[in-house]
Amino acid sequence: MTKFSISELDTVLYHRPESLEDYPFHFCPGCGHGIVFRLIAEIVDELNIKERAVCVACVGCSVNSYHYFNFDGLESAHGRAPAVATAIKRCHPHLVPFTYQGDGDLAAIGTAEIVHACARGENITTIFVNNAVYGMTGGQMAPTTLVGMYSTSTPGGRKPSLSGYPIRVCEMLSTLDGTAYVARVSVHNPAAVRKTKQAIKLAFRTQLANLGMSLVEVLSPCPVNWRLEPVKALEWLVKHMLPQYPLGEFKVIEAVAALKKGDRLCTKK
Amino acid sequence: MSKKTLMAGNIAIAEGAILAGCQAYFGYPITPQNEILEHMSKRMPEEGRVFVQTESELAAINMVYGAAAAGCRAMTSTSSPGFSLEQEGISYMSGAELPGVIVNVMRGGPGLGNIGGAQGDYFQSAKGGGHGDYRVINLAPASVQEMMDLTMLAFELADKYRNPVVVLADGFLGQAMEPVVMREPVTELPSKPWAITGALGRAKNIINSFEMDPVNFPPRVKLLLRKFKKMRRNEVRYEGLNLGDASLVIVAYGSASRSALTAMKMARQEGIPVGLLRPITLFPFPYEALSNLAQRINDFLVAELSSGQFIEDVKLAVGLDKRVALVNQYGGVPLLAEEILEAIEKMIKQPVGG
Ligand SMILES: Cc1ncc(C[n+]2csc(CCOP(=O)(O)OP(=O)(O)O)c2C)c(N)n1
Repeated sequence: MTKFSISELDTVLYHRPESLEDYPFHFCPGCGHGIVFRLIAEIVDELNIKERAVCVACVGCSVNSYHYFNFDGLESAHGRAPAVATAIKRCHPHLVPFTYQGDGDLAAIGTAEIVHACARGENITTIFVNNAVYGMTGGQMAPTTLVGMYSTSTPGGRKPSLSGYPIRVCEMLSTLDGTAYVARVSVHNPAAVRKTKQAIKLAFRTQLANLGMSLVEVLSPCPVNWRLEPVKALEWLVKHMLPQYPLGEFKVIEAVAALKKGDRLCTKK
Repeated sequence: MSKKTLMAGNIAIAEGAILAGCQAYFGYPITPQNEILEHMSKRMPEEGRVFVQTESELAAINMVYGAAAAGCRAMTSTSSPGFSLEQEGISYMSGAELPGVIVNVMRGGPGLGNIGGAQGDYFQSAKGGGHGDYRVINLAPASVQEMMDLTMLAFELADKYRNPVVVLADGFLGQAMEPVVMREPVTELPSKPWAITGALGRAKNIINSFEMDPVNFPPRVKLLLRKFKKMRRNEVRYEGLNLGDASLVIVAYGSASRSALTAMKMARQEGIPVGLLRPITLFPFPYEALSNLAQRINDFLVAELSSGQFIEDVKLAVGLDKRVALVNQYGGVPLLAEEILEAIEKMIKQPVGG
């Protein structure tokens, strides 16, 4: 067997982003969180903002965010990450704080904080991971749990008569004037992952251009709590989550559209 | 003589915060402390500092958490129901070792209660209040001047211990108008190398209060406990009046101590040697000062604007063999000096053991 050292290879195609620590993820097999973390780290490297980035972690499976990233980070109480990020940005406008929140964190206990951060048009970024359950506490119903979907607290499937309807966060928040960029993406296949990266990058660039609140919702599998094998979980996501949570951009203010257009011109030449 | 300015208690708190170098204020309206929020909405932008009217007290305390994590002197002000909502955030701040100032201008409770002054948040404030093993320094002003001075001290102590500090006032003091000597502004703020300021030219900073593995957490609690011990050793503050010849001592804080002061003077005019001990810090509580007094004094009269909360600490300090009586009001009504005087007269007439 031939062993190659890095220097013998022409180009390194894949490496750990500088912004990602050599620290084990705590996620279950097939979980989507790890993909999102890696994408964020790549983007922070590419935008060259490692010295300014601040990860505001939430309470949920991603509670350890600040251990994974190789830049400043802090914990926030369950649901309050947008308030914490607001204060950091207001105190140090040159920093680039972003919140990383689950659906229980953002759309249940923290609904007021995200709505008002959006309404104020805080110049921060939110990465919102929608896995349709409360992952960390063992798979109870989340505000995003689909009608009919099993969870440990909806034994016969979610019944609207008993527990209401799932919340479409992007649709709701994009109605607020303070939001500049709101998009829903997914990590169910490589093409979707690439689009996710584009969206998250644009969200960060929205903040860097001082354009207001940017939020990217990422549909993400939770095989363990969905009681499915990882590949089956991806199929389930496509079949059941995409119809309820259509992918796309829900809010792109003109100035953000101009950022995007600039990109296209660049890639053309 | 230094110039005095006539000021309301709530304004003195706001101006005290500005003098202390408060860089960020976050608040949600609630009577009887709205003047702080309103005053700050004008003054903070004037000074080029951060002001946000938040969507709730939950957001307010978590913004204080964020600003403190970012290395800034930060404050919120509220009244009792809002203070209840802030407990989780205060626990997180203590757990993550973040400084910050929380002003609670107490009102009548429980429940929605009313907007009158009260001291019913004593337990919640002086004993921790939120979840877990933590304490916060509680400073209890009894005059408009102290509203300013103790607010300034609160910022200093918060930074000194990297722990939240509560200024525990009440609605009567918040509205009171008194002359105040303006203090010099603090110009030098402590450096905070631990703060979230961007990992530029240094390793990354992390601020948290979470450990996945329970065995890793007790060391952090121990670290906090060491700080609380230091506070108990170094930060006890109280005022004693006429204690030398007293045969009965009134123990009271905040606006209750104002009525107690008048009652003490009235009693002395009647020839009853009454003293007053006024705790300025409720945590750390002046246990030692009281237990020393108890070596030669048998009668203690506790005057409080709550239903017998503060008295528990007085009893703990003086011991069960002393007479400790309670004179109080609660639910938002003031305690009058006459009521306290009556309680004094009743107490001295009652034979010991009777
Ligand atoms: C005030 C409070 N309530 C409840 C909890 C318990 N809790 C921890 S994580 C969590 C839900 C997390 O679910 P989600 O936000 O969907 O994120 P995920 O774990 O799925 O990534 C809950 C309810 C808590 N830590 N604090």
